[in-house]
Amino acid sequence: MNQIPLTQILFVSTALFFIGIYGLFTRRNLITVLMAVELMLNSVNINFVAFNKYLFPGKLDGIFFTIFIITIAAAEAAVAIAIIINLYRNHDSIDAEDATEMKF
Amino acid sequence: MGQSFYLFLIPLLPLASFLLLGLFGRRYMNNAAGIIGTISLLTVTILSLMVARDYFFHSGKVNGIYQPLTAFKYTWLQFSPHISIDMGLLLDPISVMMLVIVSFISLMVHIFSMGYMKAEERLGTYYAFLSLFTFSMLGLVLSSNIFQLYIFWELVGVSSYLLIGFYFDKPSAVAASKKAFIVTRFADLGFLIGILILAFNAETLDFGLLIQRLTNTQSSWSIAIGSASFMGISALTWGLVLVFAGGAGKSAMFPLHIWLPDAMEGPTPVSALIHAATMVVAGVYLVARLFPVFSVDGMSLDIVAYVGAFSALIAALIACTQTDIKRVLAYSTMSQIGYMMFALGVSKYSGEEGLGYMASMFHLFTHAFFKSLLFLGAGAVIHMVHSNDMKDMGGLRRFMPVTHGCFLIACLAIAGIPPFSGFFSKEEILTAAFHQNKLVYGVGLLVAGLTAFYMFRLYFSIFWNKQNTASGGIEVHQPHGEGSMTMKLPLVILAVITVFAGLVPFSTYITADGLPLETHTDIGFSIVPVLLGIAGIAIAALLYGSKNDRPEKIAASLSGLYRAAYRKFYIDEIYLFFTKKILFNGIGRPAAWIDKNIVDGLMNEIAGVTAKTARVIKGIQSGKVQNYALYFFAGIAGLTIMVIYFLGKGLS
Repeated sequence: MNQIPLTQILFVSTALFFIGIYGLFTRRNLITVLMAVELMLNSVNINFVAFNKYLFPGKLDGIFFTIFIITIAAAEAAVAIAIIINLYRNHDSIDAEDATEMKF
Repeated sequence: MGQSFYLFLIPLLPLASFLLLGLFGRRYMNNAAGIIGTISLLTVTILSLMVARDYFFHSGKVNGIYQPLTAFKYTWLQFSPHISIDMGLLLDPISVMMLVIVSFISLMVHIFSMGYMKAEERLGTYYAFLSLFTFSMLGLVLSSNIFQLYIFWELVGVSSYLLIGFYFDKPSAVAASKKAFIVTRFADLGFLIGILILAFNAETLDFGLLIQRLTNTQSSWSIAIGSASFMGISALTWGLVLVFAGGAGKSAMFPLHIWLPDAMEGPTPVSALIHAATMVVAGVYLVARLFPVFSVDGMSLDIVAYVGAFSALIAALIACTQTDIKRVLAYSTMSQIGYMMFALGVSKYSGEEGLGYMASMFHLFTHAFFKSLLFLGAGAVIHMVHSNDMKDMGGLRRFMPVTHGCFLIACLAIAGIPPFSGFFSKEEILTAAFHQNKLVYGVGLLVAGLTAFYMFRLYFSIFWNKQNTASGGIEVHQPHGEGSMTMKLPLVILAVITVFAGLVPFSTYITADGLPLETHTDIGFSIVPVLLGIAGIAIAALLYGSKNDRPEKIAASLSGLYRAAYRKFYIDEIYLFFTKKILFNGIGRPAAWIDKNIVDGLMNEIAGVTAKTARVIKGIQSGKVQNYALYFFAGIAGLTIMVIYFLGKGLS
């Protein structure tokens, strides 16, 4: 079976990363922003796994890193959602533009 | 020493009452202000008389010569090992004389003001200013250091400014106070330069040392100042002439006299105090104070003499045509100060030839009394008639007999009719001029006649000459009659002094060299001026004694000259032409343009560019985290591209 070339996998991960960036910059809804961040993390995960598989097939370092990232991402999502919930309680909104108390 | 303690109190008491009334006067003691000021001045007057008695009869005379005494000296600012500004109190015959005049006239004016200014709302402020003036004038005459004198000189100018502009809701008073301040400031610039020239060359600011160094023609200082020259005139002459310019500004000598007539906008008692008796003679005092130095430099003395004579003449001519009684008195003041100046100018330092100096001081002394009497009398008249214009007056002698009598005495004194005080001092001046300079003597005689004429023109217009106005007779404000006791008392006191002041044996006390001088009144010599005076009075009586059309006819026949004199010889217009047309357009406007467009323009442009840039770039700092993330990302992206680009180049 013909293997998929590395470049194509990298292409997917880059695309994913930039979709994440795009979402991060344009969305005002904090949940969506959080999702965009998750997308970016996952694109990095894909890179790790792909490089590990194609360049150093005998090692597991890349895969361990991926697991770490997933773990941290989960923790981060928990914290972020807690913040968002608190924000919602205070503002009745989860729009990033509404949280302006500390501005200026 | 007890004496120096009094001396301290003399300037400090008015200062204290100034501070007291200035800080609390209006709010807490508006009604008591007059009494407070008067009591403080009464004390000062008594102390001054004690000092004068002590100086003239006990401590002043050393070996038959009156010596200057420095009662107190404190080095205030040390500029170099030689030059320092000291604060000191100097006693010599003229400063003691001035001390008595200033404190006494000021006391009279304080008393008079209690009646005259009774209805004034800001009485506390008024008395505070009067006290400030008295303090600065007393400080001026007691100065032992030329720079100290300069400081008080300016303080006097400030208080004069404040008092001229006392009715600050009247635009003409505001304009007059500004004019007085600016003109005298302009003259003071000359004075300051003069001080610097003299002090630079003599290496001292102390009067005693200055005079000693510059009069001793062998001393190195005197040689240095005599040999340094600018435009062919020695530094000594320059210095003295510039100092005299300062004096001329304060004393309203031509061509710096323009402020004095306008200064009459101030309250009348103020005019009596400042613009008749005390401040305007500060210039004469200054020249007299430096007289030993002036006397070694003939040229500057000549300038003093001619400026004095010319001012005396021109002021007398203008005074003949004015109708505002205070302005007539103002020009008469200027004319009499011209007399004092030229008397100084024709004087020499010592002996018989020093007569002019003594005569000048004598005239200053008598003039202070009769001129302040005239002004206070005019004040009483104005108080009654509520107008300054002699056309609104006439036939007042029945309504105000006391004022009438006092005014008549003062007029006779200023006209030089014996035995009133003005006669004696004027005779001395004319004698001194006769022996030294025939031209000045001629001018002096002419002015003596003119003086008698215009003073009696004033007198007859006010007190006789019943002119029927449209309303049918003079409107006299009977309710307050001739004025309260406080207004009459000073008039009577001053009138008595005016009668007897001429009998003071002045020449034994005040001479340039401190030695008593023998004077003798020569009947033959006195006849001419007295006859001229009587002629002036007679002409005035003829023209103004009763209502007739002769003055108008004469005015019409002399139309050009009359109009020129009435318009004050167009001197104000010439000044306006110079300042408005030439200075404003030639220097002021371009300077303003440069200031506005180049100096300010540069600054405004810098500020404008900054503001514009800020407006553009402030959008970047939006406070939105996502935007910052975008920039951050853009930065990273940029860096990445650069790294790839350069690394790619380096590799290949």
